[in-house]
Amino acid sequence: MFNDIRLAFLWSDYLIFALVLALVAFVVSVVRNPLARARWSQVFRSRIGASSFLIIGFYVVIALLDSLHFQTRLEDTTGSGAEHYSPEVRSVLDVALAPMQGNDERTYSAPFAIYSFAKETEEMADGTIARVYPRLKHGGAHLENTSEHTADIVVKSLSVIGWWLIPCLVLISLHHVFVRNAASRLPWPVIYVTLTTIVLVCAWALEMSRYYHVLGTDKVGQDVLYQSLKAVRTGVLIGTLATLVTLPLAVLLGISAGYFRGWVDDVVQYIYTTLNSIPGILLIAASVLLIDVYIETHPEQFKLLSDRADFKFIALCFILGMTSWTGLCRLLRAETLKLSQLEYVQAAHAFGVSHWRVLMRHILPNTTHIILIALVLDFSGFVLAEAVLSYIGVGVDPSMKSWGNMINEARAELARDPVVWWSVTAAFILMFVLVLAANLFSDRVRDAFDPRMSGSGEQK
Amino acid sequence: MGATDMLAYIIRRLLYAVPILIGVNLLTFALFFVVNTPDQMARVQLGDKHVTEEAVTEWKVQRGYDKPLVLNSEASGLDVVTDTIFYEKSLRLFAFDFGKSDAGRSIAADIEQRMWPSLAVALPTFIIGISVNIAFALFIVMFRASIFDTSAMILCVALMSISGVFYVIAGQFFFAREWNLVPISGYLPGADAWRFLVLPVVIGVISGIGGGTRLYRTLFLEEASKDYARTARAKGVSELTVLFRHIMPNGLIPILTSVVVVIPSLFMGSLLIESFFGIPGLGSYTLDAIQAQDFAIVRSMVFLGSVLYILGLLLTDISYTLVDPRVRLS
Repeated sequence: MFNDIRLAFLWSDYLIFALVLALVAFVVSVVRNPLARARWSQVFRSRIGASSFLIIGFYVVIALLDSLHFQTRLEDTTGSGAEHYSPEVRSVLDVALAPMQGNDERTYSAPFAIYSFAKETEEMADGTIARVYPRLKHGGAHLENTSEHTADIVVKSLSVIGWWLIPCLVLISLHHVFVRNAASRLPWPVIYVTLTTIVLVCAWALEMSRYYHVLGTDKVGQDVLYQSLKAVRTGVLIGTLATLVTLPLAVLLGISAGYFRGWVDDVVQYIYTTLNSIPGILLIAASVLLIDVYIETHPEQFKLLSDRADFKFIALCFILGMTSWTGLCRLLRAETLKLSQLEYVQAAHAFGVSHWRVLMRHILPNTTHIILIALVLDFSGFVLAEAVLSYIGVGVDPSMKSWGNMINEARAELARDPVVWWSVTAAFILMFVLVLAANLFSDRVRDAFDPRMSGSGEQK
Repeated sequence: MGATDMLAYIIRRLLYAVPILIGVNLLTFALFFVVNTPDQMARVQLGDKHVTEEAVTEWKVQRGYDKPLVLNSEASGLDVVTDTIFYEKSLRLFAFDFGKSDAGRSIAADIEQRMWPSLAVALPTFIIGISVNIAFALFIVMFRASIFDTSAMILCVALMSISGVFYVIAGQFFFAREWNLVPISGYLPGADAWRFLVLPVVIGVISGIGGGTRLYRTLFLEEASKDYARTARAKGVSELTVLFRHIMPNGLIPILTSVVVVIPSLFMGSLLIESFFGIPGLGSYTLDAIQAQDFAIVRSMVFLGSVLYILGLLLTDISYTLVDPRVRLS
């Protein structure tokens, strides 16, 4: 069946896989370096560190699955032998979530509802016309008798959780008895609980989606759970890409300002004070407006709607990164100023070691903790920023699924009567869990790499 | 240090601000006129795909965008430099001459009128926010290294992990819609304004609690581990007295000097809060301009924001010298 598909990667897909490769390289370098390995194992030995890492990993896996795009081959109807591919670009995640994607309703419906949210005119069995809440096409369509609704949900939930809990428990006990290495000192109980929760939530949501819309449907009847899962890719990608854009600028400028001082320092300070003095959100908004103008005046470069959204998305990541590197740059400058006064750096100079080697051997490795902490914090900042930017109208393309776009629609939905609360709640929960995990993880990283700044004072 | 020293210092710092403002000016000029030409702006503004040349030219002439960018080779004398877009639209900003918006209104008059509602929201939010955060931080420091401390910190991180938009949505939904305590949005000038201001201020304060409390706790804890605090405890001074007589005053110094920088920018208001609550301030003004793609207003607000930020930096430096005589004016 793999003959029937053609890979159709977007630019952002290549970027996300390049990121994964970079991450693998980073992990390899950490494992080789005993000091770094000790620090990192301290992060993973803390319960919060381990479980927040697993949760972030879960989001990343969803984002990766959603980045494997392909087109399916259409049946050859003309007989000419030419290959035709469907214009619809799907991802592996779409295949996994097929029960959620395909079964659209006509309009809003509440989570687990079997009736539509809006009344429609329908002809009754006795020929009269009445305004009623019609049954949903997909939600609860298997129910013959609507009074079984609640019981059906409970029974189905319990059975799917039971079915999946048993193999989980078996695997855990096998691992516990045979594999568990006492010397690793990882907080296994927390890891077990986190993994089991992730597995059970996934299994439950997938199984229940076959019968209901677990988180309801939106205005045009699309499944909300499906949308919020598709938005994971946008959120994760915006966080990582924008963070990585800040990195080279901040490191290069910050370290050279602190190391070379003199006019280099003056120039770098001038650049970041100037950039900093422009209100961040205005600079972002202005740049995004300019991208819009560029897209509208160069329509020939963007043939597909998804190309256009993808270009705007990557541009947005770059803009976010370019406007937020000043904080890290300032920290690195201060740290380098301090480091270059230290005796071992002075000694290196006295031995005639080149600037490049001093920077690479003595300065840069000693600033990694600052860079790491800033990276993880920036990540959660960018995920949150996406929501605000989409609300202001300078975020990702409206055609792209994102939490910001979902929240954006919530204003109208919350004003309805009865309230349509599920869309905004879904976006809130998924976003909150990711950002909370990233924030907690960055706390642990900071504790491990920079105990002075952990602020726990006398606690340690 | 005498008053003349201070004055000389302030003047010197103001002169330092000039190259930065020139940088901001050049950057916005490049963004708004070089990367995208007025032609493209006109086409987007006019909206239609089949815009005629005449319509574009007319749009440009009406707004003064028909001139050459930097040098006018057709003009004579000083006009070579002054009869250009750069002079008319960018350099004029230095004299706070904002000109007219693309829709034809005077930007300066708009700013003057809309600054006050912004301030009416931002100033109480700022003052109440800092007081609440300091109070919470002190309270947590009082119980430091206990289970209360740990759980309060996790709560702070959780509060920090919620997007500002959710605070606004939830606040509006519960306080205004469900419980009918305050109007959902809107604004009235004069004495009745408070009814419309309560909710935005409360939301603004709550959304800042997580990050603020966490930061201030760290600053207070740093003071609490210093020698003078230890000495006071060793002398037998009670923990509460140490906290309020010694740690608090010293911890307040870095807190207050760190918030000075935002004070001038309070005029600019908050984009999010103002637009959600329909407050006719500078924040919603900017947002409307962004959404209507009114580049003249966005440009002016960028410049104004930079001026206010640089003013904030100056105030920060002055406040350092005021609270700590060891900091030299150099």
